[in-house]
Amino acid sequence: MYLTRLEERMLAGEYGYAAQKAMEILVALGKVYGAERMIKIRSAQISGVSYGNLGEEGLEFLLKLAEDGRVRVPTTLNPCGMDLEKWGEMGVPEDFAERQLRVVEAYRKLSVEPTLTCTPYLAGNTPRLGDHIAWSESSAVIYANSILGARTNREGGPSALAAAIAGRTPLYGLHLDEARAPTVIVNAPKIRGELEASALGYRVGRILGSGIPFFRGLETVSRDQLKALGAGLASSGGIALFHVEGITPEAHTHAEVRAEDKIEIAEMDLQEEIEILSDDFSDSDLAFIGCPHASIEELTELYLLLGNRSAKRRFWVFASRAVRAQAERMGLLRRLEELGVKVYCDTCPVVAPLNKLGIKTVITNSSKAAYYLRNLHGVRIQLKPLRRLVEDIVR
Amino acid sequence: MRTILEGRVIREGRVEGEALTTRQPISFYGGVDPETGRIVERGHELEGVVITDKVLVFPYGKGSTVGSYILLRLRKRGLAPRAIINQKCEPIIAVGTIMAEIPCVDEIDVSKITTGDIVRIDGPRVEIWKRRPDP
Repeated sequence: MYLTRLEERMLAGEYGYAAQKAMEILVALGKVYGAERMIKIRSAQISGVSYGNLGEEGLEFLLKLAEDGRVRVPTTLNPCGMDLEKWGEMGVPEDFAERQLRVVEAYRKLSVEPTLTCTPYLAGNTPRLGDHIAWSESSAVIYANSILGARTNREGGPSALAAAIAGRTPLYGLHLDEARAPTVIVNAPKIRGELEASALGYRVGRILGSGIPFFRGLETVSRDQLKALGAGLASSGGIALFHVEGITPEAHTHAEVRAEDKIEIAEMDLQEEIEILSDDFSDSDLAFIGCPHASIEELTELYLLLGNRSAKRRFWVFASRAVRAQAERMGLLRRLEELGVKVYCDTCPVVAPLNKLGIKTVITNSSKAAYYLRNLHGVRIQLKPLRRLVEDIVR
Repeated sequence: MRTILEGRVIREGRVEGEALTTRQPISFYGGVDPETGRIVERGHELEGVVITDKVLVFPYGKGSTVGSYILLRLRKRGLAPRAIINQKCEPIIAVGTIMAEIPCVDEIDVSKITTGDIVRIDGPRVEIWKRRPDP
């Protein structure tokens, strides 16, 4: 692998321990993927924030890097296990909170902005078409690649951190034009709402496993539906990029899609997918939306659907601090809170210690959440479109 | 009997140990308990086996990228494998062995190594002493 003089000096340790460790990781990755050289990146998004996964040893590793390391590009952070301000209200135990705060502090020392959201693109880290970036968090990766047209592989937490510290990443995979062409055409049914978009993504991801789908028939899809579609694709399959005819920025560059494979998804298939991901129970411990973190449009829609009726059960919305602040300025946050809706930031049910909060049954509108809550936390799930979810909680 | 194979260095190192081999990929996140070094993935052919201090030989890693941190945690607790040999290393193992400073070689025909063999790793070179005859 070709390294510039600066990169060689980093690898030799002339720029300190953190830069050396980062370059070691990047060179190994370049080797594994046969990259010819590094490419400079414009931003990074780092996962691996929950103390439960890092452990004391992972935290020590971050602190060691922070002794002489700083990120070289704007870098944002995935959600952690709790709302940094309202963890007490959420029911998070104090010892968990104390450890979680130490992890966030370690990232801050590395000059990482603790955005603590899986939607950095709604919180100021918004790459442009063609930008090379190094992002982890599968739903953010697929959004950046597909909807923004930026270029990133599916990084893990440590490799995204290494790229942020070194300011570069090995040039391979989705950084290259040829790897971004569609591999399969998907004829999709008309989508109504985020849940159906999410189920479409989940089903296609499950069928394909990997590859780059090119969707037809989604001309009226909204930005939030694209977000849900991507999150679904990336949770059931190892998919990091999709195109939508007439919508996404690189779709036209593949106008003559030569993909030989074609799959048809019918409206019935989406209902079946939703049923596969749903369990049978009558009382929910929690209803929530915001996986991935909700946008201001989703908060507005929720408010309109509530129509001045109060939530009678525990109902949480997860959003980035940026979106929450916007809702606050609009007066929307106060109105939602008056109706009994809690808007939490910095976290999500997938990374929060749900078992410690006594949550066993959950209603939501996200196939990604359904998959992870079932598998990681043993929670039982019902998937419902927002409209029906709202009717449930006001009853 | 001694066999010498030449692979590709992912993480440089010189080390010797007893091989623990599997034909199945390993997920460190969820598949290996960081508190005990035991493989806990249900249905895995090594389920219940402790990987500590072994030269762990498997085709490639799988699962979540959090697995890199699990390798680091195992190492810091003295529960890590002594080295890792892969058929084809993927990012979780590559990044994990660098973070945890565990010698790692790939592009090795892992079917040539049997559990119980004594394996010596020196950079890209892998020496294998057969302890038992192949079944």
